[in-house]
Amino acid sequence: MPTTERGRKRRRRSWVEVASGIGYLSPALLILGVFLFYPLVKTGYLSAFVTNVRGDAVNLAGLENYWNVFTSSTFLPSMRVTLLFTLMTVPCTIVIALLLAVMTNRRLRGITVFRTTYASTMAVSAAAAAVMFRALFHPSSGAFNKILDLVGLPGVGWLTDPAVALISVALTTIWMSLGFNFLVLLGGLQSIPDELYESAMIDGAGSWRRLVNVTIPLLSPVLLFVGIVLVIDSFQSFGQIDILTQGGPAGATNLIVYEIYQNAFPRNQVGFASAQAVVLFVIVLVLTALQFKFSEKKVHYQ
Amino acid sequence: MTPVTGRWSKVITYTVLVALALMTAFPVLYALSVSLMSQEDFNAGAFFPTEFTPENYARATESFPLLKYLLNSMVMSLLVTMALLVTSSTAAFAFTFVKFRGRSFFFAVIISTMMIPWEATIIVNFQTVRDLDWLNTFAGLSVPSFATAFGIFLLRQSFLTLPNDLYDAARIDGCPRRRFFVTMVLPLSRPMLATLAVYGFLTTWNKYLWPLLVTSDDSVRTVQIGLKMMQGEEMTAWPVVMAAVVMAIVPTVVVLLVGVRSLQRGLMSGALKG
Repeated sequence: MPTTERGRKRRRRSWVEVASGIGYLSPALLILGVFLFYPLVKTGYLSAFVTNVRGDAVNLAGLENYWNVFTSSTFLPSMRVTLLFTLMTVPCTIVIALLLAVMTNRRLRGITVFRTTYASTMAVSAAAAAVMFRALFHPSSGAFNKILDLVGLPGVGWLTDPAVALISVALTTIWMSLGFNFLVLLGGLQSIPDELYESAMIDGAGSWRRLVNVTIPLLSPVLLFVGIVLVIDSFQSFGQIDILTQGGPAGATNLIVYEIYQNAFPRNQVGFASAQAVVLFVIVLVLTALQFKFSEKKVHYQ
Repeated sequence: MTPVTGRWSKVITYTVLVALALMTAFPVLYALSVSLMSQEDFNAGAFFPTEFTPENYARATESFPLLKYLLNSMVMSLLVTMALLVTSSTAAFAFTFVKFRGRSFFFAVIISTMMIPWEATIIVNFQTVRDLDWLNTFAGLSVPSFATAFGIFLLRQSFLTLPNDLYDAARIDGCPRRRFFVTMVLPLSRPMLATLAVYGFLTTWNKYLWPLLVTSDDSVRTVQIGLKMMQGEEMTAWPVVMAAVVMAIVPTVVVLLVGVRSLQRGLMSGALKG
């Protein structure tokens, strides 16, 4: 019976294909499984337990950790600070990065030098940027207070004044994120066809109208991508906080990841910190889902 | 792209470009300047060194094991970059040239890892690495970063642009799949592999939270954590610390200068199709 034999052969071939496919996938699957999926599940598990110093689950706590998280004196303030931080960093980064991208999206001698300079903040780590800004923020000798002094203004307690510290951390973060977002936006601009600008010019549109009526609508998918990635990043900021302020003064810069880190490591409250990590996961999950949803609907205006 | 015409508009454009360049480069230029000034200059709030003090660089490497930290960062970054190239390219190959049942399921599983914030997993990952006895080892530092959905996605986009006929022809010639992968797919995708290498190196070199958790002595401590350690020692010697900062960013600045074009190409395919 040739048909069944062919069928059997095909079935065997299909198993060979499955084995081969999974074989090629296995290195990535192994790493992602052990260091991403497993910890996610285990963190959820730990969040339902009281834990010992080593972080092992000891007694079932049910939702108690979550109750403690939401009634603790630090979590909700930390969420508030994180949201404020997001509001400070995301719009500013987008506007400045867009300005840099629009300025360098032209045919001009030496433009590559400017592009590379603008992109260069991307090479600077959170730790290095934070140390540089700590010097800039230095109360008596730093450049910022020196400049204020030169124009006759009083110095600012950049990192010590609870009303200013979050702004200082945001300033550092905006500077750090410029390079990456500039590159992405410049790429977006370069993919807009020249003819659109030419016809807008023939219609007598000035450079501002061209920006508002041609560039921004056509750039909207990229702007959205940049915006959501920035929001997710701001929810994950850690290095600059650890070096600049350690969450202080008086919790003014205690961003959510710093709060989780403090509880999980220096304070050894693993169950409690796990519950906070689960909350962080849910927030980022929702934000990423939004991003996927929007990028699927890729807007075309042509 | 708009060509700039007219002398005045050129002058204005260049002025704005230079002003913006000074603004974005200011922190790095300031760090460079402080790294070459004396402690007295810094205390006086100088912007430029009055006495040129390149000795700060020597002092940074003498009073701290900075060279060891830099070497550790280099080892970690190269390990992760190479591993990322292997795991991402094999997985992307499975998603493009091996047609097997369950492929779209696995693809969904891997893409869904993009939704897991790495910071939410640190507690358990720390326990895993501790229980494996990997604290203060390169394995503990680097193995958890050996695969990312982003890298797989990036290379899949690139492999998808290779013509299917290529594969069929190779199969008819009796070329085994593994050889097709190594001798055809990888060489033809060199530009995107370079993008992933640049991206992997930059992000790994700049990692902070994970090395902070898994290194407690100098044996594998990375330079980012070294920068933290250099402060707080009673009075911070800022010119020396700035010399260390400059040394810590040189490798990534070099990689960025070399790779900026390839990075931009990759970021676009991630941003637009992601």
